[in-house]
Amino acid sequence: MNKFVGLDYYDIKSLLTEEEIMIRDSVREFVDNEVIPVIEKHYREGTFPMDLVTKMGELGLFGVTLPAEYGCAGLNSICYGLVTQELERGDSGVRSFVSVQSSLVMYPIFTFGSEDQRRKWLPKLAAGEKIGCFGLTEPDFGSNPSGMITKAEKVDGGFILNGAKMWITNGTLADVAVVWAKLDGVVRGFLVEKGFKGFAAPEMKNKHSLRASVTSELTFQDVFVPEENLLPGSKGLKSPLMCLNQARYGIAWGVTGSMMACYDTALNYAKSRIQFGKPIASFQLTQAKFAYMVTEITKAQLLNQQLGKLKDAGNVKPSQISLAKRNNCEIALNIARISREILGANGILDEYPIMRHSANLESVKTYEGTHEMHTLILGADVTGIEAFN
Amino acid sequence: MKIVVCVSHVPDTATRINVSGDGKNIDSTGVTYIVNPYDEFAIEEALKHKEKSGGETYVVSLGGDANKETIKKALAMGIDNGILLKDDSYRDSLSVAKALAAEIKSIGADLVFFGKQSVDYDSSAVGQLTAELLGMPLISVVVDLSVEGSKVTAEREIEGGKEVIETTLPCVITTQKGLNEPRYASLKGIMAAKKKIIEEKPALAVANYVELLQMKRPPAKEAGKIVGTDVSAVPELVRLLREEAKVI
Repeated sequence: MNKFVGLDYYDIKSLLTEEEIMIRDSVREFVDNEVIPVIEKHYREGTFPMDLVTKMGELGLFGVTLPAEYGCAGLNSICYGLVTQELERGDSGVRSFVSVQSSLVMYPIFTFGSEDQRRKWLPKLAAGEKIGCFGLTEPDFGSNPSGMITKAEKVDGGFILNGAKMWITNGTLADVAVVWAKLDGVVRGFLVEKGFKGFAAPEMKNKHSLRASVTSELTFQDVFVPEENLLPGSKGLKSPLMCLNQARYGIAWGVTGSMMACYDTALNYAKSRIQFGKPIASFQLTQAKFAYMVTEITKAQLLNQQLGKLKDAGNVKPSQISLAKRNNCEIALNIARISREILGANGILDEYPIMRHSANLESVKTYEGTHEMHTLILGADVTGIEAFN
Repeated sequence: MKIVVCVSHVPDTATRINVSGDGKNIDSTGVTYIVNPYDEFAIEEALKHKEKSGGETYVVSLGGDANKETIKKALAMGIDNGILLKDDSYRDSLSVAKALAAEIKSIGADLVFFGKQSVDYDSSAVGQLTAELLGMPLISVVVDLSVEGSKVTAEREIEGGKEVIETTLPCVITTQKGLNEPRYASLKGIMAAKKKIIEEKPALAVANYVELLQMKRPPAKEAGKIVGTDVSAVPELVRLLREEAKVI
């Protein structure tokens, strides 16, 4: 198989600093050597490649944007985006692991946590010595998290947690869960540690998508959470939504990696697959597919680049992140399907990565806010009228 | 302890190479350059040695400005100092070795690492020549290395087996695949490299000892021959393999 070279039709490299390019290339090399050779087997068997965790920690891929004093790299949002882009070129499940650890666990501990909580968890999460998960979604509350049933009650020295969470990436693997529950009617964040009595995290099996990623339920039955495990700065639904914004940003970049993986595979195939005595790349219908793909990938790359700049300048609106997440996920799925068509029957084999990306992207399109919710967020922002409340 | 790693900047092994118009160089248009893969083992070994026993590490590369990219990667992996010996012209192995030897001497190196060969010209000579010019012992094609005090023990590959060799510092080691697993440049390492300075100086001027006359691509492969599509073709296939291809 040809080595992946990436697509840069508009010289977007020239918008990156030398260090950003080096970071992209280092993660790309890591994905080539450590992810691509093992991912199909893990996907087939429905397992997460656990030995990548320490390696990703050594590389510094967890909590990329958080400060060095907590063991993180202290880099900008463009770097974080490039990391997720390269990882998802390998697999959405591997990228999901990093998104959850970084945006949904380390970010809230850093943003809403006490100094003790930061010191206790961030360096170990950064090194990959500890794994985290994020519990917001419930069986009956997905797009509408404000209706959550999970609740905390104040008791002497802490809280008693009751309820259940669902669709939790890394749940079964996690040493610490950032769990959102209502305390006196207000959503607060709690650090629930593995081994707390009454806390269980069974894995949800038989997925047709994100098979190289662990998805779990979290159940809380009279779980005692000590006082010091409440995230003191968390208050209201805004707190978990701030975390989701970080993650959605990473997804917008991540799926651009999937797009490039599918495009690259389809292009190599089309140039070497001979039908009617010539490569299928020479047919107009195939070329139209590539024209669409190269245009859409370039647009996604430019969206990400400017979104990163806005985010680093500190004035990005959540709806701007929704725009990129919504657009890029839909386009990535279209590109995966078109690429699969170019490969014909070969496209369904796991000799090629396309069908795996395609199946993964079905989830990515609806997690971290469904396509529909992002549509409504944009609609509400543009018109000033919320359609869902 | 001063540890020097010499690295070369070579075309990516996955790149298709074309010969340039004058027939004396490659056409570098669209060619991606990388750290010579064997030199990555040399960088890793230098870093491991520093982590174990301390010391100061140097990466030295001879070539044009583009070589800074390779030096930067070594710095991002953790090497302390970068030195570019500038020269854009073609150099043969001995003239490269003479310039490197002069630099290594001025650094005062105790331990010098090279990849066993660079994957562009494949001469497999610069490490050996440099050792000779420095008057240092050389152990080449090393797959296992231990340095205890000034005692150096190395395992090297030989035809059909391995041999274990002992020498003392200062010495030159050329590294082979299997010696270690080169680390990736970590995000923190890349940012730390930003603050490291690459010292640039002209490479010692030395005349070449050999002249490059011509570069050419290997002849294009001839089309294959289909002898038949079922079992009846086997006898003819065997005959051709025996009499024409002479491989059985």
